Amino acid sequence: MALTSPRRAGRPRLRRFTRRDLAVLVVLLGIPVLLDVAIVWGPTLASIGLSFTSWDGIGDIHWAGGENYRNLAENYPPFWPAVRHNVLWLLFLGLIATPFGLFLAVLIDRGVRFSRFYQSVLYLPVVLSLAIVGFIAQLLLGTDQGAVNTLLGNRADPVDWLGDSRLNIWMMMIAASWRHVGYVMILYLAGLKSVDPALKEAAAIDGANERQTFFRVVLPTLRPVNVVVGVITVIEALRAFDIVYAVNKGRNGLELLSVLITDNIIGEASRIGFGSAIAVVLLTVSLGGIVTFLVQELRGARDR
Amino acid sequence: MTADIRTTAPVHRPAQAPARPAGPRRRGRWGVQIFLAAVSLAFVAPLLLAVYASLRPYQDTAQNGYFSWPSHLSFAYYRQAYTESGMGGYFVNTLIIAVPAVIVTLFLAAFVAFAVSRLRLRGGLVLLMFFTAGNLLPQQVIVTPLYVLFNRIPLPWWMSDSLTMYDSYWAVIVVNIGFQLGFCVFVLANFMRTLPQEILEAAIVDGAGVWTRFWRITLPLCRPALAALATLEFTWVYNDFLWALIFISDPGKLPITSSLNNLRGQFFTDYNLLAAGSVLVALPTIVVFLLLQRHFIAGLTLGSTKG
Repeated sequence: MALTSPRRAGRPRLRRFTRRDLAVLVVLLGIPVLLDVAIVWGPTLASIGLSFTSWDGIGDIHWAGGENYRNLAENYPPFWPAVRHNVLWLLFLGLIATPFGLFLAVLIDRGVRFSRFYQSVLYLPVVLSLAIVGFIAQLLLGTDQGAVNTLLGNRADPVDWLGDSRLNIWMMMIAASWRHVGYVMILYLAGLKSVDPALKEAAAIDGANERQTFFRVVLPTLRPVNVVVGVITVIEALRAFDIVYAVNKGRNGLELLSVLITDNIIGEASRIGFGSAIAVVLLTVSLGGIVTFLVQELRGARDR
Repeated sequence: MTADIRTTAPVHRPAQAPARPAGPRRRGRWGVQIFLAAVSLAFVAPLLLAVYASLRPYQDTAQNGYFSWPSHLSFAYYRQAYTESGMGGYFVNTLIIAVPAVIVTLFLAAFVAFAVSRLRLRGGLVLLMFFTAGNLLPQQVIVTPLYVLFNRIPLPWWMSDSLTMYDSYWAVIVVNIGFQLGFCVFVLANFMRTLPQEILEAAIVDGAGVWTRFWRITLPLCRPALAALATLEFTWVYNDFLWALIFISDPGKLPITSSLNNLRGQFFTDYNLLAAGSVLVALPTIVVFLLLQRHFIAGLTLGSTKG
């Protein structure tokens, strides 16, 4: 993600590798490449293949053509809510949590007192497992003695924050943001620390106010961080699983594509072909993010 | 390795971020302080509540709610959570998975990053894309084929008592390595690009092979980035939940995140006990973060943006 090129013209090309060098290269590049093929890319392709079959995981595999996809769209009630929830999750993280993390980073980067303390506290939720976050959400939002209901003073008629299927998805997104904000903040903080102060001074001399300086000068130089944060946001939104699974196994208003896949694959039904079809839908959505990212990176690499 | 080439390295070390001059003190400072304090409070409040709940008996909170003056505080729930959930054993399981996974991932990723960013291999960029894009795929997309695959890979009895890759630590370790490689390659490649190429050129003139250039010259310079990544990766592997849920069936091999399930009763859930369990589970990652915090932020600073 280097912004400027350290490469100079006229540098002599690297010498050809010795035989020992080649051996090292083949082994140490070969192992990770094979691993990535075996663990990530191979299974991805296999998933796409399986999505056109019907299979219970034990018996024979039958070709089913587009049957799974048709069933998915037409006779699988949780599917469309799950798609909606995934999109909502993405929008929430992207439009609210991520900008908020950036905002906090900017405030802390201005050199306020106790900045180290704020930084640690805000980052703390990131190290928690989503399963724990899910549990803490129950502690806060439960109906019987949940802290929020106690605070609202409606113990006689508590709001069912986690059980009400119109409310719970919002609560889960807030809980997920609790971690997301801290992560985004630390990435931006790292980025902001390395912005050359001379840039800001130059902008100030040219008469830019603080806001203009930030949006026109600082933010563009953060492009590499923006890309990383954007990707993380998309991925986090699509991968969301643990937290809803910890709360109510992802049912009753908390359907997500990831939950549906897990249910179909490891549930008693074990409808692997069908689960794979959902996985392919998820894959298609995430490919949008991945391709955008790769295009950005390639462009950046070409500039270098 | 006293007289190795590393001793000359600090001369070429990339400049540290310049010391930040004290910012101008202006009006509005107080507003910012109050705002940040309020947000910080909102961020720790749930954690503090969990700690507070874990110190109080169930009857107390059941009667008076979580916002009430405690009648009695004790660490009894912690002892109970620890013994009833079998946390010790699960914690060992997590270490058995996390330690090799993190080390191997960092080692392999460092070499790939080195090859991509320092050796100017043809196709290096493609390789980088191959790994990075792989890391971005949703976990659930690859779950089924892996499940089937692991069930069909036999392992000798001394490696796995299930005799297959399925239901063994190996499955979870290998998946974690494969899946996390992409992210580490991405971060390390970016970091290594910021190192001056001249060091390597000097080494080549001295006849250093690829391995020496990697192990003796590049890797020592990457310590901050490696420290940051190790912290992140440890947290992620430690907190992982899905892989173990799918690839392990023997309850005795599950990682620590699953121990919380053992505290969840069938009909009655003692939230205060669960709170104590959660605090115990979260403690190691919090401690690791607090201890390595400085390296962590320094590593990210150097890694993510330095031109």
